[in-house]
Amino acid sequence: MSLKKTALYDVHLKLGAKIVEFAGYYMPIQYSSIMQEHKRVRTSVGLFDVSHMGEFFIAGDKALDFVQYVTINDASALSINQVQYSAMCYPDGGIVDDLLVYRFDEFYMMVVNAANLTKDWEWLQQHRLPGADMENSSDALSLLALQGPQAEKTLAKLVDVALSDIPYYWLRQGQVDGVDVIISRTGYTGEPGFEICLPNESAEHVWNALLRAGQEFDIEPVGLGARDTLRLEMKYCLYGNDIDKTTNPVEAGLGWITKLNKADFIGKSAIEHVKQQGPSRKLVGFEVQGKAFPRHGYAIWQGERKIGQVTSGTFSPMLQTGIGMGYVSSNAAAVGTPIEIEVRGAKIPAQIVKTPFYKKGN
Amino acid sequence: MHIPKDLKYTQGHEWIAIDEEIATVGITDYAQGELGDLVFIELPDAGSTVSQGHSFGTVEAVKAVSDLFAPVSGEVVEINTMLSDSPEAVNKDPYGEGWMIKVKISNVDELENLLSADAYKELIG
Repeated sequence: MSLKKTALYDVHLKLGAKIVEFAGYYMPIQYSSIMQEHKRVRTSVGLFDVSHMGEFFIAGDKALDFVQYVTINDASALSINQVQYSAMCYPDGGIVDDLLVYRFDEFYMMVVNAANLTKDWEWLQQHRLPGADMENSSDALSLLALQGPQAEKTLAKLVDVALSDIPYYWLRQGQVDGVDVIISRTGYTGEPGFEICLPNESAEHVWNALLRAGQEFDIEPVGLGARDTLRLEMKYCLYGNDIDKTTNPVEAGLGWITKLNKADFIGKSAIEHVKQQGPSRKLVGFEVQGKAFPRHGYAIWQGERKIGQVTSGTFSPMLQTGIGMGYVSSNAAAVGTPIEIEVRGAKIPAQIVKTPFYKKGN
Repeated sequence: MHIPKDLKYTQGHEWIAIDEEIATVGITDYAQGELGDLVFIELPDAGSTVSQGHSFGTVEAVKAVSDLFAPVSGEVVEINTMLSDSPEAVNKDPYGEGWMIKVKISNVDELENLLSADAYKELIG
C-alpha cells in the first residue's frame, strides 16, 4: 500500500518536521521537540494537522436509526450542532473504533481514526440501512486541531462567529479567514481548544492564518509525538494501544458512553452481560516510582502474580515521571494499589493513581 | 548532520574517541536526533566491564527506549555523572558534554571493527 500525504505535507517539510509513517500516512511526528511542543500546548497554544482522521457523512430519513444501531452512545440525545464521543462495537462487545459523532441539521458526521478508516467504512457498508445514505469524504477534507489556553484568543481573530457561543462538545459552521469550515470545541489534549474541519484546498491557507494569528502567543506546530504524550497525561484511549477488538467498553472505562437503555445496537447484549457480571479486568492509570518508563507491552506484576500488561506508557513532560495505562485484574485495580512494571527484566515499583494524571496546577 | 572526522563509529550509532588506551563513548548526532528528547540515561558503574557489541546501558527518550552497545571491550573507568540530572546534554552536545563512559581498552584489535566517519556517513545515508 502506498502511503498517503495530507494536504499540508509540503508545509510540514518546510517547517522542518520529522516525518514518520502513521496509519498509512506520512505524518509529522515532531517539529522542534516533543517536550517543547507538549509544554507549548499546556501553557499557550499549538496547531496540529490531524487530517489523517476520517470523515463519514450520514444523511437520509434513517440516518439517526443507523447511527444509533452502529454506535454505543445515544445519538438521539444530541441537539443540532452538538458533538458526542462514542464507539462502534462488534457483536461480542469488542471495539471496532472510537469516534466522534457530529449532529447537523440534516445529517450526521462521524470522525474516525485513520488506522481504522477502511475497516470502519467496510463495517458501515456491511450494516447499511435503506434510507441512510453514507459518504466517505476523508480524502477531500482536512482537520486541524488548535489546542491550548490561548487557542480561543488565537481563533477569535479569524472567525465570524462568537466562539463563546460554542460550548464544550458543540460545533458551529462558520468561516475562518474567509474559508467555510466546521468549528467544534473538541480535542485530544485536555486543554481548551477547537478542531476545524475544512476542504483540502483551503487547508494551507487556514493553517498559515492560524500560525500568524497565534504568533503573539508563540504558537507552534505540534506533531503526533506530543499529541500522544498529551492524550496520555489525560488517560484518553488510543485505538490500537488501549482499546481494540479484544477489549470491551466497560473494562476500558468507557461505560459512560455505553447507553444500554437505548434500542438495540451492535454489541448491546454482550456489553450488558459484562456490565452485569462486572468486568474481569480494568484499564487503569499508574505512575512509576523512580527513573524508568513504561512502554506498550511491558508486564504488570503484583508480587509473584502477573496481573496485566501496559497498553500505553511514556515519560510525562508535565509530571516529569513515568506514567502508563494498562489492563489489570479488577481485584487489583483500585486507586492506591501498589504494582510493579517489568522494565527489561527488572521490576520497577509503581502505583495505580487517579486519572487524569495531569490536572491544571499540579 | 554532524559527524566529526576524528572519531570512530558503530553501526548502532555510538561514537568512540580514542586517546591511547582510553576510549570515550557516546551516541551520534544522528542517534540523538532520531530518539528525540532524552529523559533518562542508564549507565554502568565505574569499575564494571563492558564487551564489544554488548549492551552497556539504555537511553530513554520520551517516546522510545534504546540500548547502548559498547564499541570496545574493557573496564569502565569513568561515567558522565552529569547525565543523570541532565540527559538533555546528549541532545544538545552529543560529542562533547553528552559523552557517556570512558573505557580502558582491553583489546586493541577490536578497533578494526569500527567505522570511519566516511563509512558511518554512508551508513546513515
